[in-house]
Amino acid sequence: MKQFFVFIKKEFRHIFRDTWTVIILLVLPILMLVLFGYALSTDVKNTEIAVIDPSRDAATEKIISLLDLSDYFNVSLTVESPDQIEDVFRGDNPGLILVFSENFYEEIMHTGEASIQLIADGTDPNTAVTIYNYATAIIMSYQQELLRVQSFPYEINITPRYLYNPEMKSSYNFVPGVMGMIIMLVCAMMTSISIAREKETGTMEIILVSPMKPIVIILSKVVPYFFLSCVNLATILLLAVFLLDVPIAGSLFTLVILSFIYIFVSLAIGLLISSIANSQIVALLISGMALMMPVMYLSGMMFPVENMPLPLQFASHILPAKWYIAAAKKVMIKGLGFSSIVKEMLVLSIMAVVLISVSLKKFKTRLE
Amino acid sequence: MSNTVIHAENISRKYGAVQALSEVSFDVTKGEVFGLIGPDGAGKTTLFRILTTLLLADSGSASVEGFDVRNQYKEIRRRVGYMPGRFSLYQDLSVEENLDFFATVFNTTIKENYHLVKDIYVQLEPFKKRKAGALSGGMKQKLALCCALIHKPGVLFLDEPTTGVDPVSRKEFWEMLGNLKRGGISILVSTPYMDEAEKCDTIALIQKGSFLKIDSPENIVNDFGHSLWEVSGKNMFALLKDLRSFPGIRSCFPFGDTHHVTFSDESISSDKLKKFLELKGHEDTFLRRGKAGIEDCFMNLSHEDDIL
Amino acid sequence: MNIVTTEKLTKKFGSFTAVDHISFQVARGEIFGFLGANGAGKTTAMRMLCGLSKPTSGTGSVAGFDIYRQTEDIKRNIGYMSQKFSLYEDLTVRENIRLYGGIYGIKEKEIKPRTDSLLDELGFLSEKNSLVKSLPLGWKQKLSFSVAVFHDPGIVFLDEPTGGVDPSTRRQFWELIYKAADRGITVFVTTHYMDEAEYCDRVSIMVDGRIDALDSPGRLREQYESKTMDGVFQHLARNATRQAD
Repeated sequence: MKQFFVFIKKEFRHIFRDTWTVIILLVLPILMLVLFGYALSTDVKNTEIAVIDPSRDAATEKIISLLDLSDYFNVSLTVESPDQIEDVFRGDNPGLILVFSENFYEEIMHTGEASIQLIADGTDPNTAVTIYNYATAIIMSYQQELLRVQSFPYEINITPRYLYNPEMKSSYNFVPGVMGMIIMLVCAMMTSISIAREKETGTMEIILVSPMKPIVIILSKVVPYFFLSCVNLATILLLAVFLLDVPIAGSLFTLVILSFIYIFVSLAIGLLISSIANSQIVALLISGMALMMPVMYLSGMMFPVENMPLPLQFASHILPAKWYIAAAKKVMIKGLGFSSIVKEMLVLSIMAVVLISVSLKKFKTRLE
Repeated sequence: MSNTVIHAENISRKYGAVQALSEVSFDVTKGEVFGLIGPDGAGKTTLFRILTTLLLADSGSASVEGFDVRNQYKEIRRRVGYMPGRFSLYQDLSVEENLDFFATVFNTTIKENYHLVKDIYVQLEPFKKRKAGALSGGMKQKLALCCALIHKPGVLFLDEPTTGVDPVSRKEFWEMLGNLKRGGISILVSTPYMDEAEKCDTIALIQKGSFLKIDSPENIVNDFGHSLWEVSGKNMFALLKDLRSFPGIRSCFPFGDTHHVTFSDESISSDKLKKFLELKGHEDTFLRRGKAGIEDCFMNLSHEDDIL
Repeated sequence: MNIVTTEKLTKKFGSFTAVDHISFQVARGEIFGFLGANGAGKTTAMRMLCGLSKPTSGTGSVAGFDIYRQTEDIKRNIGYMSQKFSLYEDLTVRENIRLYGGIYGIKEKEIKPRTDSLLDELGFLSEKNSLVKSLPLGWKQKLSFSVAVFHDPGIVFLDEPTGGVDPSTRRQFWELIYKAADRGITVFVTTHYMDEAEYCDRVSIMVDGRIDALDSPGRLREQYESKTMDGVFQHLARNATRQAD
């Protein structure tokens, strides 16, 4: 038992004496969350709007004021003629130009149809789409208002619905994704690198030629990173709730249990990598290329799994992160209970059992 | 109980297509310093790893302190001290932390076995707070030895402990090994430096995975089997080339300030050689009978067929 | 005519004086042994001479170029071989020579005949298309020395070129050094083998950043009343007070 504690103490010394390890373990998660939450977020705030309004009637004024009142837009410019559109984009560079048709209110009243053209800067398609969606949502809300007041029917073509994220905050989606990624990073990458380092420096040879049991060696390599993952999990959740205003809608307990299972899976993957990799650089490459990239692109963190081509959808099913992120979204954002994530829990548990037993079996008591 | 501490029989091991060890057999008796002498790539490290249970041999058997390296590896791991060839301490831990860590890993404490490492550790004590990575080559070696000794092993395996270490630190290191041997510890040590062979009780000359010879250094030197001449002159490089063109020369190698020469025909007189060299324009040559060293023997044994 | 001259050359790292006012000359065509215990300052001194590290004070020139200002000229006119880095393991013998020939600006049409004559001399012709990593250590060391002098530099710096090499290859290596010296290349070499110190024309021994002895091996042995260079070295290096590398 004493061996075990001394080993863990040693492991923490390695971690805290290397500035870069500390940064990766403790600063990077925070940085990633803040980055995804703010900088990379596709949320749009205070976008400048230019307006071309030839009809200048009650309806157009109402729409303009609705837009202006929202957090997302500032109506800052009135343009006289459509010929000036390009000049306006070059000069004042608004996020969106709103072009009302002539006699807007009249047309709605009489034909039940009027048109608004939304012109956005397409150089950044993601932002353009978001801006377009927000503006459409606001205009629709006016339409609905009209519908209530007036007695004759309107045909409403598009209704954007944002059921679980009414404010359409993109950080809602990123938080579970970042959790999935950080835990994989800390557990799999750091564990495999720390074992590979001992092989590289030759200390693993001495440890192996000692009475220490292999299971104790493994446990003492794994426990520090388990602990650090828990710290990271707590940090991310606290930041999410208090800094990004992402609430934990479901049960915290369920979320923690789910995360623990995922941590075990990640640790087992780290051990597996270390049984293949004999140098730190190989461990880094394997965990970087084989884990981080797929987690980023296939787990549904950045792109929805449903929109992927079928082979990629299939590939995403073997990623533990995909199941974890899906379940975490259900619990955290939709506030669903344990019964709704039984499938994910089961998949992750099976993965954990299989991976842990394989990696224990694979851990070499000799050099080859 | 038998006096044999390490017993190896016909050990072979391949790495891919390379035969790292072929049919190696030897015994180390209790309290002996056994030296494996040979260049890099001769198979020394592979042999160490097999004996310390880190690698399995393809064929052959071996035991350490009576325990089989294949089946009873746990017993062996409890009883041996091992210092791998590379610097194998935690660079980011201090001298004291390293020793303390290895003591605990081997189920002991520094306090309990301090007497074993005391002579060596006192030299390290002034630097005990320093990180191991910041020590000089000689100091690192001493710390690694302390760490290998702290659990009172019966056998010490030291794989090239003096490689890359300067002559002064090397000498000190061998003095420490002498003290340990007097304390009853058996030592298997490897080195590429031939001049360290004489510090061992028994040596095995190893090259390309096979033993060229196993014997005491004295016997190996006495078995050289040829008269050896030391030749020196003004222009040593020209002298070397001309010596090799002398008919009847068997071998000729530079050795420090003289060239070591053997003849294929023992009856060739030194006067004849001297005359030959004078004709070649070497005026002040100096010839005398010399005694072969381990390095002469190594080259002699490894190049039986083409000695030049 | 001296190819290396230093005058009170000093290098400090913070408060630590790694090289402490060393002054010496190396004559053109000489084989100069540069000895010292681990941490005596050999590597630091050698780095300054190769133009890789800027001295703290003192002056020096290598191959006629100033070690402060003309480091690029120095690099073009010296050869360098260390124990660690020598050749690209995943290139063939010929590709390695071709690469270094190119780096040192040897004319394209000269490289091929010179490569062949070099390989012929080493007896490596049959291996010219083998990957370097498949060669035995001794061969690699011989090859990397030949590559280091391929561009006929005025001086070649060798940092422990024979560590771990078997005794006969070690001697073949020294024969290559002698041949290079015959061609007029100055050889500046460090080693831990004291018998190799005897092969040098002159030997300097560094202790604690200073050069404590500099002479021919024969005169050093006389001066310190020792039969071997090992004795001379032990006598001098034992006085060292420095411990860190």
